[in-house]
Amino acid sequence: MSAAVVPRRRPLRRGAWWTPWAFLAPFVLVFGTFVALPAVRGIWMSLHDWDYLMPSKPFVGLGNYADLFDSTSVVFQRFWDGMAATGIFVVASVPFLLTLPLLLAMALNRRFPGRTFLRAVVFLPYVLGVAVVGVLFRFVLDPNLGVLNHLLGLTGLDRLLHALGAGDPVPWLTAQPWTWVSLVGVTVWWTLGFNTIIYLAGLQDVPRELYDAAEVDGASAAQRFRHVTLPGLRPVLAFVLTMTFLASANMFGQADLMTSGGPGTSTRTALMVILDTGLGQYKMGSAAAMGYLLSIGLGLVSIANFWALRERGGGRGGGRGGGRGGRRRGARGRSAAAGGAS
Amino acid sequence: MSGRRPGRARRGLGAGATWALVLVLVATFVGPLLWMGLTSVKSYGEATASPPTLWPQDVDLSAYERLLSLDGPYPVLRWFLNSLLAGVLHTALVLVVASTAAFALARMPFRGRGLVFGVIVSTLFLPAFVFLMPNYLMIDRLGWTDSVWALVVPGAAGAFGVFFLRQFMVNLPVELEEAAALDGANQWGVFRRVVLPNTRPALATLAVLAFLGNWNDYIWPVYVLFSPERLTLPAGLRLLQGAYVTDYPSIMAGAVVASVPVIVLFVLTQRFVVEGVARSGLKG
Repeated sequence: MSAAVVPRRRPLRRGAWWTPWAFLAPFVLVFGTFVALPAVRGIWMSLHDWDYLMPSKPFVGLGNYADLFDSTSVVFQRFWDGMAATGIFVVASVPFLLTLPLLLAMALNRRFPGRTFLRAVVFLPYVLGVAVVGVLFRFVLDPNLGVLNHLLGLTGLDRLLHALGAGDPVPWLTAQPWTWVSLVGVTVWWTLGFNTIIYLAGLQDVPRELYDAAEVDGASAAQRFRHVTLPGLRPVLAFVLTMTFLASANMFGQADLMTSGGPGTSTRTALMVILDTGLGQYKMGSAAAMGYLLSIGLGLVSIANFWALRERGGGRGGGRGGGRGGRRRGARGRSAAAGGAS
Repeated sequence: MSGRRPGRARRGLGAGATWALVLVLVATFVGPLLWMGLTSVKSYGEATASPPTLWPQDVDLSAYERLLSLDGPYPVLRWFLNSLLAGVLHTALVLVVASTAAFALARMPFRGRGLVFGVIVSTLFLPAFVFLMPNYLMIDRLGWTDSVWALVVPGAAGAFGVFFLRQFMVNLPVELEEAAALDGANQWGVFRRVVLPNTRPALATLAVLAFLGNWNDYIWPVYVLFSPERLTLPAGLRLLQGAYVTDYPSIMAGAVVASVPVIVLFVLTQRFVVEGVARSGLKG
């Protein structure tokens, strides 16, 4: 071996040509079997009348997709009801999950004793599974036995809700629009901490000097927020918006455990319809088509999100060039994980 | 990383505002969990009484006595062991497949690396529900339905783990492995003795995240497990809720068993879980 190669900075090729493949083999085996192959097989299923219980699974081309747009087909109503429920949940939950964590992150970004503790407290619900959250809040929100209605009664806030048309006791899990209020509220409680942590990391990357400069120029707190914080957070906002949108569009467990899709089918989300069609009724071809149609929709909206919040030229001063290694690593890691969310 | 630099935080908050914020946040985020714990040690009569009592009048452990068993219709202790076994095996498998693949992708120039990377990246853009049915058929074909393998293997080759570790390994100084190579180590030796030890913080973070994700997973176990004695805690809680309806002490006892391990894990590893999430993001 010649010593002359040692100073090169790039990793050298060592070992046989198959050495990297040997290292990749365990991953590729599992990835091929449970990620790559299923992704292709799902498309193939969606092009067939693929019923798990039937021996023959005839090719139907785009028939399963066409049925989803044909108002006379049996799947039309169920599918679009599910899509509508998912749409309502997304529209109702995303604004809260974007704004409340930002306010919280700005409060926690100030210096005071116990902020590390508070950061952990806010994040705590997120480490619980949806099953725990679902059964816990079905109890808390139980109209007669739940503690929420009791607390509302103690504070007199229930009169306000009755004035807004809520029954007595307030039917948190059995009548609209209270069911949506419950599902959104529980989801905010559960996942708020995640977005807060991401915002906090983003806030700490906004250069301190920009705030100082703004203050010297006489900018008010609102102006500093508008002209320093928001532009500095733009990539983080794009990330949080996309992740939150995808998570909300994947809502399943909360409704499954707290409302079973009711009252009626009003909270039966698209994902519940897909799983019921595919793994409940075994009509997997139709369910696969629904899944791919939904993922195309989610992909388009995600792209639109990123496009709307894309970085505009000249808008950001120090952020880019001054970024240290840690910052750049963070940013790349984030965008890498963005798609893997779901 | 940035979280460790409190010096960069904005100016302080007034004492009154601080205390108000602390109280509201703790009550909001810890309150429901305390309520869960308190209810689980009440008698059925007390838990469903109106008005409710805050503190249990007499501590009643009958819900735990009934549920903490290895058999019976709702064997919560068995579910706990199932969840633990699946979580540990899954985490071990994730660490093995992700670290070896990340090493190859980060440290070995080879023909086709870009292609392999591209394929892994492209699957990041497919939502998880697309894989549910094809994977169900795969599990069915392998005879893994209603078994722990269905919980351990399918999610183990997620792109996230490879990205996360690759990111870390790319930034290790090349000199370390070159020194080892000059000492005669082959690639396996470099991986084992140089790269893995230096990747330990990232491996620990990934391990905690993989365990939490597996422990909490809901949809998949609900569909691939059938027998009451094979369920994990989340799938079991669904069964418990359906069976006990308003027997909230029993349901809350199950929820306590499902949450205490992850809360303990979180408290022990809080720093690097929160920072691992802050740096890389992981949701859903």
